[in-house]
Amino acid sequence: MMRKVYLDHAATTPVHPKVLEAMLPYFSVRFGNPSNLHDVGREAKNAVDEAREKTALLIGAKSEEIFFTSSGAESNNFALKGLAQANSQKGNHIIVSQIEHFSVLHPVKTLEKSGFKVTYIDTDKTGLVDPAAIAKAITKETILVSIMHANNEIGTIEPIEEISKITREKGVLFHTDAVATTGWVPVDVKALGVDALSLSGHQFYGPKGAAALFVRKGVRIKPQLEGGIQEEGRRAGTENVPAIVGLGKAAELAAAEVPHRMSYVSALRDRLQKGLTEKISHLVINGHPTRRLPHNLNVSMWYVEGESMLLFLNMQGVSVSSGSACTSRSLKSSHVLVCIGTDAAVANGTLLLSLGAGNTAEDIDYVIDTLPPIVQRLREMSPLYEDMIKKEKVR
Amino acid sequence: MEQYSSKVMEHFAQPHNVGEIADADGVGTVGNPVCGDVMRLYIKVENNIITDAKFKTFGCGAAIATSSMVTDLVKGKTIEEALKISNAAVAEALGGLPKVKMHCSVLAEEALKSALDDYYKKKGITSPVKLSPDAGHEHEME
Repeated sequence: MMRKVYLDHAATTPVHPKVLEAMLPYFSVRFGNPSNLHDVGREAKNAVDEAREKTALLIGAKSEEIFFTSSGAESNNFALKGLAQANSQKGNHIIVSQIEHFSVLHPVKTLEKSGFKVTYIDTDKTGLVDPAAIAKAITKETILVSIMHANNEIGTIEPIEEISKITREKGVLFHTDAVATTGWVPVDVKALGVDALSLSGHQFYGPKGAAALFVRKGVRIKPQLEGGIQEEGRRAGTENVPAIVGLGKAAELAAAEVPHRMSYVSALRDRLQKGLTEKISHLVINGHPTRRLPHNLNVSMWYVEGESMLLFLNMQGVSVSSGSACTSRSLKSSHVLVCIGTDAAVANGTLLLSLGAGNTAEDIDYVIDTLPPIVQRLREMSPLYEDMIKKEKVR
Repeated sequence: MEQYSSKVMEHFAQPHNVGEIADADGVGTVGNPVCGDVMRLYIKVENNIITDAKFKTFGCGAAIATSSMVTDLVKGKTIEEALKISNAAVAEALGGLPKVKMHCSVLAEEALKSALDDYYKKKGITSPVKLSPDAGHEHEME
């Protein structure tokens, strides 16, 4: 049988068996609505409360600071729109980085249309935001800064602690999108010094459909879903109880496993990076060399196109993502790669390989053996490779 | 994205006519690495009939499959018949393409037209081929 290697954990992770086990009763015997006062409802309410505590514990927050949502995208939308709208009497200026996820960039575009001013901060070639650039961009009108904890594509971990020193000093709210980091590196809201933080369960062995926004006590946020008392009136809608229970269990597992996960996946990632770098010429590693998510490897290869590599890898049982223009609807390269200055021609030859705790050294060696011949085959088919070889001969 | 048809996957996995023709009678290169596709098409012509066609393509699954299909379609055709091969015919022969990938079939048609244009020019005949303004437009890699 062909080996199956899943290297797309940045897209989603499998639900951990213990998470699934914790969730199952809440689909059937414990089906209650947490808003009801009877025992059936109370049972569900207790389960949601417990999940809230576990989620809070993972990030060093208080239970009452956790608001459950349906997804990382919803948490980001809620944070950007909710914080901006609730604090608009103080000013109308927002600062974000250019490499934020679209679930941050698109809400701020909407806010811009409704009168807010937005500054988009550039990064360096490794994807790092310079805290000094934030300090410089802050004006009297600035009410909110949102910088992601780590970039979901290139894995660069941003200097959140340094930025929060600046925002606290200036009295500006600071949100961080920690969807890519939670469950993979330590995330502590006090150490980070943030006022709001987004996280998502399916990124770290929880189910899809449950995520959270941390909002520090005392910070005002405008609800984006109205008409219900759920989540202290901040987010209407009957709770997705089984998924929330799953998120709580995933958070509990993460709290215990993060140090092991980090060292385990980063060792495999380094093995993969070394193997591919040795076997494939004209290859570029994207992101920061050290300040990087432990399970992230983002590589661009000249003269080959990402989707073709993805499809051939898939035929050999390997699942990865591509950052190529051709896979996106817009036919544009990733805005993250554009921002860090990746040549647009090589950006189309990008693969995002994201590892997980279930991968083994044998899996990694299989990919190291499988990808180079695919790249070679596609290069032999590529007119760009042909031109490059001819040019090198002339030299 | 919509899934590829089985015909597209067949031509992508085992593309026909990959390579170069050293003494080609017409060569056309279209596309742009920045947009993610570059196609180079070679034709060999004898007595006004295309006897051989080969290609080299940098691009996605659809770009490779349309290159493979257009080179298949053009073999054995007269120059005049080849000029009539449309992008829709290439896409149809592949059992259809996802909407966002239709531009790959356009590129295949343009690569063919560009090779035919080159053939006319080499022959010293005024080319009747109407190239789209973007065809053959390549950005420098460096």
